[in-house]
Amino acid sequence: MAQVPVTEGVFTWPSETPQLIGSRCVACGNHMFPVQSGCPKCTGEKTEQVLLGRRGTLWTWTVQGFPPKAPPYAGDVDPKTFKAFGVGYVELPGQIKVEARLTEADPEKLKIGMEMEMVIVPLSTDASGNEVVTFAFAPVA
Amino acid sequence: MSTEVAIVGIGMHEFGRTEGVSGMEQGVIAVRRACADAGVKWEDVQFAFGGSAAAGAADTMVSQLGLTGLQFINVANGCATGGSALFSAYNTIRSGVFDLGIAIGFDKHERGAFRVDTRGAGLGNWYGASGLALTTQFFGMKINRYMHEYGISHSTLGKVSEKAFRNGSMNPMAWRRKPISEQEALDSLMLSYPLTQYMFCSPGEGGVALILARADKAHLYTDKPIFLDAAVVRSRRFGSFEVLAPSIALEHNAGPTVDSSKAAFEMAGIGPEDIDIAQLQDTEAGAEVMHMAENGFCEHGEQEFMIQAGDTEIGGKFPVNTDGGCLANGEPIGASGLRQVYENVLQLRGQAGARQVPNDPKVAYTHVYGAPGISGVTILSR
Repeated sequence: MAQVPVTEGVFTWPSETPQLIGSRCVACGNHMFPVQSGCPKCTGEKTEQVLLGRRGTLWTWTVQGFPPKAPPYAGDVDPKTFKAFGVGYVELPGQIKVEARLTEADPEKLKIGMEMEMVIVPLSTDASGNEVVTFAFAPVA
Repeated sequence: MSTEVAIVGIGMHEFGRTEGVSGMEQGVIAVRRACADAGVKWEDVQFAFGGSAAAGAADTMVSQLGLTGLQFINVANGCATGGSALFSAYNTIRSGVFDLGIAIGFDKHERGAFRVDTRGAGLGNWYGASGLALTTQFFGMKINRYMHEYGISHSTLGKVSEKAFRNGSMNPMAWRRKPISEQEALDSLMLSYPLTQYMFCSPGEGGVALILARADKAHLYTDKPIFLDAAVVRSRRFGSFEVLAPSIALEHNAGPTVDSSKAAFEMAGIGPEDIDIAQLQDTEAGAEVMHMAENGFCEHGEQEFMIQAGDTEIGGKFPVNTDGGCLANGEPIGASGLRQVYENVLQLRGQAGARQVPNDPKVAYTHVYGAPGISGVTILSR
């Protein structure tokens, strides 16, 4: 089964070490995710593409306990088979805090400040039978 | 010097679920009730600002109310739609253009969590597809971080819900009128950790209309005018942590609630210590806790002691969300901010019935917060 990313231009794929694709303001150095053309910090109009760090610390988190509405959600929404998933902000040192799914959904195992690493996870299967993948962060063992 | 402004009439359509009555019709009913309260006819109303998020263009309601040719401007400003309609009506009278006008908000949402239009919100389709486009997640994450930083307990979240449903049980216009205990709130279904089902408000239905007049003409309509001393709307600044954000800056900014609160106090020329009663955005139980501090009513973390001691109850030192708030009333986006003002007008008039606060309130405060990082504050006095 072929794997396809949920979208182009948000993370590098395929890759052994996938990274999120962001922007950096040419004028003030502010980082943005996803890519955008203007800087909300200094109102600068010129940004350049930058690959974000793969590791950071968990700044906050929650657990998505019920199936999101579809659309827009592309994953499993069947209440019988839906599995809760973690969501959090991971602070990438010197760059930005990014929001992402977490591979861990047990409140007992999620701690603010824990070390996290970016991974690619399956999300759904598209009409052509491809596995659609998106990005997530996993606790560093 | 600008003209002072008074609220001279209030009208509401019951919040909750009203089968067979459109959101627009609920708005029309609220307008008729507000006109009756002020003793004015629709043809006397010189201008209107109105809006809904999901129930149609407000200005089309003139086909039911009467085609009088009045100036009617639609307002669409997310969760601050009602607050923005009020802000606009307030400034229209202050500027001297008109003497008598109306602010209207109504809505009717489908069941369950809000379905976010990722394109309309300026987000890529991948964001919703990946399961991140849920406002509920933001609320869970903000209070989780806040509990970690300031030592707020799960019990305090449960107590906020218990108070909301108890206050709602005394409000004939509220959606949820059955009291629940703190333990029931804590034990209900976990939706977005640490927030359970009974700690979240639900999208709902309802309508509110407020009639505003020049303060020096208020006596023509009511013997209990309520003066609007401040109305402020602010958007987010760089570094704030807001709903539906794929990323946030490393540096921290306190957010639009703090900005709008400070601006409102400055406009009214008073401080938080002068407020007798407050209606604060309680999309979920944690929001009420955090907004107490963000609006300047206590230090961060102090809420733990205040709420455990009952300070925010109707009979407490500082009553908060006396009509049951969003938790008991639900959130029809366009109407929600105006509901808070409606409640404060009732309380200041001494007409809040079973839930009337006993501290003879003279100055009252409202605060709304919502996507994509917007806040509105009003200060009322009698």
